[in-house]
Amino acid sequence: MTLDAAVTGAPLLSVRDLTKHFPITGGVMRRVVGAVRAVDGISFDVAPGETLGLVGESGCGKTTAGRAILRLIEPTSGEIRFDGTDVRALGKEPLRKLRRQMQIVFQDPFSSLNPRMTVGASVREGLTIHKLAEGRAADARVRQLLEEVGLRAEHATRYPHEFSGGQRQRVGIARALAVEPKFIVCDEPVSALDVSVQAQVINLLQDLQRSHGLAYLFIAHDLSVVEHIADRVAVMYLGRIVELANADDLYSMPLMPYTQALLSAIPVPDPEAKRERIVLRGDVPSPANPPSGCPFHPRCQHPQKDAACSVIVPPLELKEPNHWAACIKQLPTRISWADQKAAGASRQPERVVPIRAIA
Amino acid sequence: MSLEPLLSVEELRTYFRTSAGVARAVDGVSFSIAANESVGVVGESGCGKSVTSLSLLRLIQRPGTIEPDSKIEFEGTNLLSLDDESMRKIRGNRIAMIFQEPMTALNPVFTVGAQLAEVPRVHLSISRRDAWARAVEMLGTVGIPDPAERAHSYPHQLSGGMRQRVMIGMALMLSPTLLIADEPTTALDVTIQAQILELLAELRGRTAMSVLLITHDLGVVAESTSRVIVMYAGEIVEQAGVRELFAKPHHPYTEGLMAAMPRAGTKRERLTVIPGAVPSPYEWPAGCRFHERCPYAWERCEREHPPLYEIGLGHVSRCHLAVEPERRASPHVPLAARAGAGT
Repeated sequence: MTLDAAVTGAPLLSVRDLTKHFPITGGVMRRVVGAVRAVDGISFDVAPGETLGLVGESGCGKTTAGRAILRLIEPTSGEIRFDGTDVRALGKEPLRKLRRQMQIVFQDPFSSLNPRMTVGASVREGLTIHKLAEGRAADARVRQLLEEVGLRAEHATRYPHEFSGGQRQRVGIARALAVEPKFIVCDEPVSALDVSVQAQVINLLQDLQRSHGLAYLFIAHDLSVVEHIADRVAVMYLGRIVELANADDLYSMPLMPYTQALLSAIPVPDPEAKRERIVLRGDVPSPANPPSGCPFHPRCQHPQKDAACSVIVPPLELKEPNHWAACIKQLPTRISWADQKAAGASRQPERVVPIRAIA
Repeated sequence: MSLEPLLSVEELRTYFRTSAGVARAVDGVSFSIAANESVGVVGESGCGKSVTSLSLLRLIQRPGTIEPDSKIEFEGTNLLSLDDESMRKIRGNRIAMIFQEPMTALNPVFTVGAQLAEVPRVHLSISRRDAWARAVEMLGTVGIPDPAERAHSYPHQLSGGMRQRVMIGMALMLSPTLLIADEPTTALDVTIQAQILELLAELRGRTAMSVLLITHDLGVVAESTSRVIVMYAGEIVEQAGVRELFAKPHHPYTEGLMAAMPRAGTKRERLTVIPGAVPSPYEWPAGCRFHERCPYAWERCEREHPPLYEIGLGHVSRCHLAVEPERRASPHVPLAARAGAGT
C-alpha cells in the first residue's frame, strides 16, 4: 500500500506498521498479563516541507506515535525510515546524530524548560551537544534564534518563569530550531495557550516552515487548528489510523464514521449555523481491551453497521483518490459482500456522507 | 426577560491584597441573569471570569476580598450581607457550581453514589436509603448507564466524561435555580464535550434552571448560550445577545478574539493576532485597558477610561468607538506590536 500517492519524490519520513505496546503486569511476580496497544500498526509518510496533522481524542495513541517515531520511547515493532536511514537500526550515537534532523516541540512550555537555566542556555544546549557552534559564535546564534521566533536578543539572560506561556512556547521552538532540523514533531504545541496567543504561535510555525523548508508532524486534538495548518490529516482511534486524506477532502467529505462524528462535534463559533450533530454514545474503550473487529463499532452511527463490524478488522483502504479510510460499510471496500455475510453481515455496505454546514 | 432578574450583580470588585500590591482581579462588574436564561462569560486567562464566578458563591479566600460596595442580589437577597450559615444553605441548594477538573472536585475515597447521597442527607436530612435512591436516580438523569451499579464506583474508575456527569448530577441534587459552570468541558474530548453540552441544554429545558457558562471557547458560547459577556482585564468590555455579538462584534478585543480563531476557510493564511499580552492585575493600564493592543486606539483611549456605551438593544461596549465610529476606518499597528517582543 502506498500512502503517499499525493507526494512526488521520496518521502522524508516513512513509517510502516509501527506498534508500541506497553505491558500490563499483575500479581506478586509482576508477570506480564496483557498489553496496552497504544499504537497498533500505523503507516504513513511525510514529504519534505509538508505538514501532516495527527488528530484523535485522549488515549488514541497520537502522542505515543510521535515519540515512538523519534525513539524517545522504543517502538515494539515496525519500520521508521528518515531520509533513507533505518531509524530503528541505529545505535545510541548515530541516533543522537540523527536527532539533529528530527526535533520535537512539547505541549507544556512550563515543564519542558529547565527552570534553573536561562533561556539562552536552554537554546544553546543543542548547539553544544551537536558541536555546531561555540563561544561567541554560539552566543550570536542564540540571539539570532530568539529574534527569529519573535523574542528579543536580551531575553537570553532571563529565566523561564519571567516569560508568559506564549513566550515560553517560542523558546521551545527556538530550541528545536537551533540544530537546523528538517522535521519537527509538534505535540499539541498550542493547546495550553489562549486563543490570541495561539494565533501568534501558529503564524510563527507557518513562517518558519516556509523559510526553513521544515516538515511537521502536527499532533493535536483541536480539529480547527489542524484544518488550518495541515496539508494532510491522519485520524487515530484506539491506536490505529482510521482515515488519512488531504485536509480539504477530509474536512469536506469525512468517510470513516468516527471522523464524521468527530468533525460534527466541533462547536461552531456561529450561532446562525444549523447542522446535524452526531452525538456519540459512550466513551472511548480502553486500549488494553479494544473491541473486536472494528475498534469503533460499539459507538458507530453508520446505518449499515451490523454483526460483521464486530468480526472483521477493517483495512485502511483507498475510498477516493488519495483518501484512505477504514470502514467495511463505506463503499468501495475490498471486503466482499460474501465475506461480510460469512462474518454475519445483514446490511449491504453503502456510502453515507453527512453534509457539512459551512460556518 | 422577566421583570425581576434571578441574579443581579452590581459593581462587583474582588481584590487580592498581597505583598506585591493589590491585584484588582474583578474590577467593577455588573450584569444580571433572568430565570431559565443561559449566559456565557468569555475571556482569556487572567481576565477575571473565574474569580467572578467564585465571588458569586463567596468562595474567595484570603488574601482575596470582595470590596464593600459590591452587590450580589440573588432571588431578592443580597448575598454579601448573609451570615456564613445562610450562605451555606444557598450554596448547593439554590446556586450550584461545577468545575473544569472533575477529578479534583470529587473525593477519591468515597463511591460516587455516597458522594451524591451525602448532598440530600446534609441539606434535607432524609434517610440514608432515600438519599441513596435519589443518588441513583440522578446518575440516571445525567446519562450514566447502569446507574444502580455505577453508584458503587469510585471516581478513578470512571472516565473524564462520566466524572463530569457525576459532578453535574451532584450540582443538581437539590434542584438549584442557578448553575455556574466554570469551563465544564475544557478538560474533555470534543465528542464528550458534545455530550455534556447536550446534557446541560436538556436539563435546562426540563427545569427552570439558569446557567452561567464560563469558557474561553467562542464555539461553545455560540452553541449553548443566548447572551454573552466578554471580559478583559477585570472588566466587562462587551455584552450582547449571542447572535448580535457574533454578527456585529463592537469592541476591538471581541473582534480580535474572533479573528484569531482558526476556522474553515482561513486555511494556511496568516491568522490575525492580538499583539502583546494580557496586562497585570496589579497595574491595569490607564485609560482603556486594551489600548496598547488595539489597532484603533487614539489619544482619548490612553487618557480616558471608557464607560460601557449602549450601542444597540441589549448591546453594550466599553469602547470610545461608540462615540467616534469613523475611527474604525483607519486601523494602525498597535502599540504592543511596535514594542517588538512577541508574546
